[in-house]
Amino acid sequence: MTGLALTRRRFGQAIALTIAFSMAPRVGAAEAAKLPGSLEGNRMLDAWLRVNPDGTVTLFTGKVELGQGILTALRQIAADELDVAPSRIRIVSGDTAQTPDEGFTAGSQSIEHGGIAVRYACAEARGILVKLAAAKLHGAPDELTVEDGTIAARDGKSLTYWALSAEAQLRREATASVMPKPPERLRYVGKSAPRLDIPAKVTGRASFVQDIRLPGMLFGRVLRPPTYGAELVSFDDARVRRAVGVVAVVRDGRFLGVVAGREEQAIAARDELARAATWRDETALPASADIYSYLKSLPAEDHVISDKGGDTPPPAALSSHAATYTRPYTAHASIGPSCAVAQFKDGLLTVWTHTQGVFPLRRDLAKALDMDVAKIRCIHVQGSGCYGHNGADDVALDAALLARGSGGRPVKVQWMRDDEFGWEPNGPAMIVELRASLGAGGAILDWTHDVWTNTHSTRPQQDGCNLLASWHLAQPKAPGKPAIIPQPAGGGDRNAIPLYDLPRQRVTHHFIRQMPIRVSALRALGAYANIFAIESFMDELAKAARVDPVEFRMRHLNDERAIAAIKAAATYAGWQPGVPGGTGKGRGFAFAKYKNLSAYLAVVVDVEIERRSGQARVTKAMAAIDAGQVINPDGLINQTEGGIIQAASWTLKEQVRFDAERITSRDWSGYPIITFPEVPDIKVTVLDRPGERPLGAGEAAQGPTAAAIGNAIAHATGTRFRDLPLTADRIKRVFG
Amino acid sequence: MADAIELSINGKMHRLRVSPDTPLLYVLRNDLELNGAKFGCGLAQCGACTVLVEGDAVRSCSYPVAAAQGRPIITIEGLGSVDRPHPVQRAFIAEQAAQCGYCINGMVMAATALLQRNPNPDHAAIRQALAGNLCRCGTHARILRAVARAALEMAP
Ligand code: FES
Ligand code: FES
Repeated sequence: MTGLALTRRRFGQAIALTIAFSMAPRVGAAEAAKLPGSLEGNRMLDAWLRVNPDGTVTLFTGKVELGQGILTALRQIAADELDVAPSRIRIVSGDTAQTPDEGFTAGSQSIEHGGIAVRYACAEARGILVKLAAAKLHGAPDELTVEDGTIAARDGKSLTYWALSAEAQLRREATASVMPKPPERLRYVGKSAPRLDIPAKVTGRASFVQDIRLPGMLFGRVLRPPTYGAELVSFDDARVRRAVGVVAVVRDGRFLGVVAGREEQAIAARDELARAATWRDETALPASADIYSYLKSLPAEDHVISDKGGDTPPPAALSSHAATYTRPYTAHASIGPSCAVAQFKDGLLTVWTHTQGVFPLRRDLAKALDMDVAKIRCIHVQGSGCYGHNGADDVALDAALLARGSGGRPVKVQWMRDDEFGWEPNGPAMIVELRASLGAGGAILDWTHDVWTNTHSTRPQQDGCNLLASWHLAQPKAPGKPAIIPQPAGGGDRNAIPLYDLPRQRVTHHFIRQMPIRVSALRALGAYANIFAIESFMDELAKAARVDPVEFRMRHLNDERAIAAIKAAATYAGWQPGVPGGTGKGRGFAFAKYKNLSAYLAVVVDVEIERRSGQARVTKAMAAIDAGQVINPDGLINQTEGGIIQAASWTLKEQVRFDAERITSRDWSGYPIITFPEVPDIKVTVLDRPGERPLGAGEAAQGPTAAAIGNAIAHATGTRFRDLPLTADRIKRVFG
Repeated sequence: MADAIELSINGKMHRLRVSPDTPLLYVLRNDLELNGAKFGCGLAQCGACTVLVEGDAVRSCSYPVAAAQGRPIITIEGLGSVDRPHPVQRAFIAEQAAQCGYCINGMVMAATALLQRNPNPDHAAIRQALAGNLCRCGTHARILRAVARAALEMAP
């Protein structure tokens, strides 16, 4: 199957606009005004779209499809601003040779940054086309109408975009001077659009990087060291070369890989690699049972990210409260192990990859391979859902290293299940300590939040090289320095500052550089545990104050949209204050505004505890979400449902296991996730706000779902559980 | 390499020279260029590689081609196409039952096997039939709706 790759290339070659400056660029780059979203870094209009004589539009985006439906949403936006049918729009996404550099597709920012760029670029392109038509039709631009790319004058004369495409000049800097349409004039945005990719995916058409087939393609597998630090003492490569079908054996330092003519031969040869290698191993991981005290014992940089009211003397409190919450290492655990295809040809390296950022990956590949970035092309092709930084980037380097040893033939590498679990960067463990005091009427007087955690991103970055195999080469590369993701978005401290209006608060991020377990970005970053802690603690305080937890939250909020979301969820679920607890059935509530600057989500969950086992089952989840202007309501609901189910899985079941040497969760029996009999019934209601900015929503459910489950279990059992995951074992010990 | 293996796949006979212990998955994907069945774990734990062998949902990652000889195999490509989808595929499209879609092959195939066995499954039976199929994106709610819709559509 070369279809995917070739089709993309063909799109890129589609003959497009050239010639004739109808309008000169307005200002020089030096004095250029700041442009919206990703337009700022990619200022040329033709970097974003081309109008083709064959009646199509090609849209270029640096954002990539991860299963979140972004390409469908971008097409809706473009169709509206251009006034063309969505079916005319072809999308090229994430290709270092063709698309704008929009960094990573992450952090629920694709609509906020990528969508707004597409919106302004398309609005401006429409303006250029209409002006051109006005001159030819002898009418004023605002008297012309556009319907599916046909520009008509009052007298009935018309011209099409496609006829004008050669003349319309899009090779010019964007000005963002043409205002996008107001909400009431949108035809596609705001309506559920079926996802572009689903028909192919349910009928077995090539959709994924795993489905790429190139002429002469070989199959590669890698063998990682048995532990993070193991050194290769001896390696009998002749033994591996004798294995059936083996074409090449690649050893570079302690990086080992094998290339074979058939996939199952490569897999069998990987077992030979294991037999042919002897390792010396002195890796010592901290004791898993004491991981939180171990992490807290490491040197930390303390960053006070919020400090307010501390200059007045503490008011007299009626009661004081403290609680500690923990979250274990959590795996991305994609269903399809990471995969890439690489080919060296005429000194150029092409990599087909499901990375979240083709440009940052290319930069790190160049460092790892000591190549010029200009000689590397990274092309995004969808992979299995990733939910953050998994093995996608790492396997791209694996494929490149194996392709370099394979004489110009393309090599496809897919990790085995144990590679993925053993080596992916996990979501970091976290410890959150909260303290608060209550005054008269249950008012929170004072609040402290301390969070200890590692960095929440070790993605490819400017300094160092963050690709796994590069650390194992004979000339190893140094990883980039772990860095803080600054507030207001934050990393480990994401959502650590409460949205509640409190008279006194102090929030400290204790940033730990040393990483005993490999970690990086996992959906919602620190927001998951910070919100779990804050929203659990709010319930604990509400209980102490003898106030209904929903009411308690609203009393401490001024944000109108927050209050609206909370009320919507409570009404939607038929929330009743004062339902007695401890019966084995419980209901819990939680809320957050993701990153304190993105989507609002409030959720009610019902749980039932099976007394015999202690197993908590979430039977229902009912959520209300406000993501500002909604582009694709069904897409938003799909993402929110998925977020709730995944968060329920993290919260009830998930923990990466390790012993003194290595990660021991290596397959689905060692890392169980939620299954069909366990998933709740879910209902999501959307608060559409057409006049507001669209907000990223893919991560909004993670924290609130966790806390709502914790609150429901506390209601059902009468006991508060503060250590994630909330497993049967833990519950059984106190309730049964 | 041993004698040729003969496989009946989506109604067509194929002769292949592969080792008899080769898991069916790699023959489907690499020799026959069928993309539907996916490698997820290779351990019969996730269901991404599911195909129908004589109507039963089978994990092709752990099913040697030798065992598949003489038994009709249906893959997701054999159910229907984008232009002429099978009712189960149509239901998955109607319910927009995919996020990344990597697991969806297994869901469609397991659901098809269920509906052949039990044309009228209740919700518990659908959940049970899919209990061994993992989805990481959390598309479960939609998948359940899709299977229920397919059951209705296919009801005699
Ligand atoms: S790939 Fe066959 S069950 Fe997972
Ligand atoms: S849709 Fe992504 S794993 Fe199921």
